Amino acid sequence: MTGAEVERSFPAVAFAAEPGIDPYWEAASEGRLVLPRCAEDGVFIWPPRPFCPRHMTSEVGWTEVAGEGAIYSYTVVHRGEGAFGASSPYAVAYVEIDEGPRILTNLMTPQGQPVTDVEIGMRVVARFVPQEDGASPVLRFVPVS
Amino acid sequence: MSLEVRAHDQPVPADPGAAVSIRGTAFIVGAYEHPGRVLPDISAAQIHVEAAIGALSDAGLQLSDVDGYFCSGDAPGGVMAMADHLGLDVNHLDSLDVGGSTYVAEVSHAAQAIAAGKCTVALITMGGRPRSGARRTAPSTGPAYPFEAPYGHSNPASYALAARRHMYEFGTTSAHLAEVKAAAAFHAQHNPHAFLQKAVTVEEVLESPLIADPLHRLDCCVITDGGGALVVVSPEIAADLPRRAVKVLGAAETIKHTNVGDVDLTYTGAVRTGPRAFEEAGVTHADIDYVSIYDSFTITVVMTLEDLGFCAKGDGGRFVSDGTLRFDGALPFNTDGGSLCNNHPANRGGMTRTIEAVRQLRGEATPAVQIRDCEVALVHGTGGWLGTRMGSATLILGQEDA
Repeated sequence: MTGAEVERSFPAVAFAAEPGIDPYWEAASEGRLVLPRCAEDGVFIWPPRPFCPRHMTSEVGWTEVAGEGAIYSYTVVHRGEGAFGASSPYAVAYVEIDEGPRILTNLMTPQGQPVTDVEIGMRVVARFVPQEDGASPVLRFVPVS
Repeated sequence: MSLEVRAHDQPVPADPGAAVSIRGTAFIVGAYEHPGRVLPDISAAQIHVEAAIGALSDAGLQLSDVDGYFCSGDAPGGVMAMADHLGLDVNHLDSLDVGGSTYVAEVSHAAQAIAAGKCTVALITMGGRPRSGARRTAPSTGPAYPFEAPYGHSNPASYALAARRHMYEFGTTSAHLAEVKAAAAFHAQHNPHAFLQKAVTVEEVLESPLIADPLHRLDCCVITDGGGALVVVSPEIAADLPRRAVKVLGAAETIKHTNVGDVDLTYTGAVRTGPRAFEEAGVTHADIDYVSIYDSFTITVVMTLEDLGFCAKGDGGRFVSDGTLRFDGALPFNTDGGSLCNNHPANRGGMTRTIEAVRQLRGEATPAVQIRDCEVALVHGTGGWLGTRMGSATLILGQEDA
C-alpha cells in the first residue's frame, strides 16, 4: 500500500474502558471484533453499549463479526493536534462494515503505520492494535489488497 | 414602530388546547460584542463581566435588573460562580451546553422562561480566551470517548469527513466551499474589529495549506479571544426601554448524532430545526432578509443552508457561488465576517453570529454591509462536530413590529 511511511505511527491514547461492555474488550484483547446486537431486530449497535436505545432493552447479544467493510468517508489529516502532530499525515475514516455499523477509525498498514492513499468505497478489514502498558487495544482498519 | 402598537402585541393567550408559541413573547433589547480578539491580560471571567455590562448598558438596564441568567461551559467556574461574580439575584437559571449553538438556543430558552413567567430580564453571557490561553478540548468522559479519541478526530477532521462525503454524493467542490470564505472575507473588510480584514479570493483558499483534506486552512474559522452578551426581556419591559428591540419570532433545537451506528454525514440537525422554527415564526424563506450562520468551517455553511431549505439538498455548493452570500447578494450572510474572519471566542460562534443579526435588524450594522429594510433574520448555530454529534439551533428574529 502506498502512502505509508515507515517512521510514522499512531500515538497511544489513554482512555478508561467504559464498564458494562466487557465482551467487547475481552474479544478485542484476542484480536476479535464482537459487537452488541439488539435481540429485538438483530441490528448491530455502535459504539458498543449494553442496551439498545431503539427498543429500550438490555437484551443484546454479543456477536462476533468479520469486520470487513468499505470506506464511507475519510479525511487525510495534515495538521494533527497534540500527539497526532507527529502522526500526520494520517487518515481518519468511517468504515461501514458489512454487518451494518459505520465505525470511526484510522487506516493503517498491517504493521500499524498510517495509510493515506484512500478512496470512498475502498475495501478494508478490522485489526486490533495492542497499546503499551496493557491498555485497551484500539480498532483500526487495514486495506484489503 | 410605536409603543401603542406593541402594547397589543402580547404573547399567545393561554389556551390549553392551542399550540404554544414563543412568537412575540420576548424581545432582545441589549447586545454587546467584545471588541477584543487577542486578550492576553484579562481573565475569561472579566470578558463575561464586560460583555454583561456592555449588553445591559446597551439595553438601558442594570445588573440589578437581571432575574434570569444563562451561560454555558465557557463560564469560568460554571453558572454558580458567574452568578456570584456578577452579583446577580436570579429566579431562573440555564447552563445549557451544546457548544457554539448554545447561545442561539438560549435566546429561545430565555423567551420560553419569560413566557412562563419565570423571569423578565434574561442575561446571556459568553467569553473565552482560546487564542491567549488554553483551548478547550473535547470532554473525555463521554461514553463514546474510547471509540473516538484514539483516532485523532480533531475538529477539522470531523468537519472534513462530512465535506468529503458531501463532495462524493453531490459533486460539491473545494471551489464551492471557498466561495463561503470569500463572501465572509468580503464583509470582514468593513469590520474594523475583525481578526482577519483582508479580502480573500477563491484561489487563495484553494492555495492555502490542507489542514484535513479537503479542508484548507482558509476553510477553517479563526481562533480568537473575546465574547459577547445578550439581554432578552418581556414585551412590557421592552416597551419601557429607549432602544430598538428585536422580536423573537421562532426557534427550534436538536442534537443530531451517530444514531446508534447508522451515522449519516450528509445532513445536519438543521433539517429538524429549520422547519419547526419557520413554522413557529410564521414566516417563509422568502421573508428572510439576512442569515447569520455559525461558520465553524465553510462546509458547515453549505450544509446548513441546504438543510434549512434555502436550496435543494446537495445544491449548496452551487447555491453559494456567484456572490449569493454577499451583502448585495440573494441571501446575505455573516456581514461581520463571521467566525471565518471576525472572531470565534471560546471556540464558539453562536453568540457573535446572533449579535450581528440583532445589528442588522436594528439597522446598526456597519453601513457598508447594512441590508436595506432588513425586517426578518435567521440565525443558525451548529455546535460540536459534523462527524459525530452536534447541537443545532435555529432562531428567527424580526424587527420589533414584525
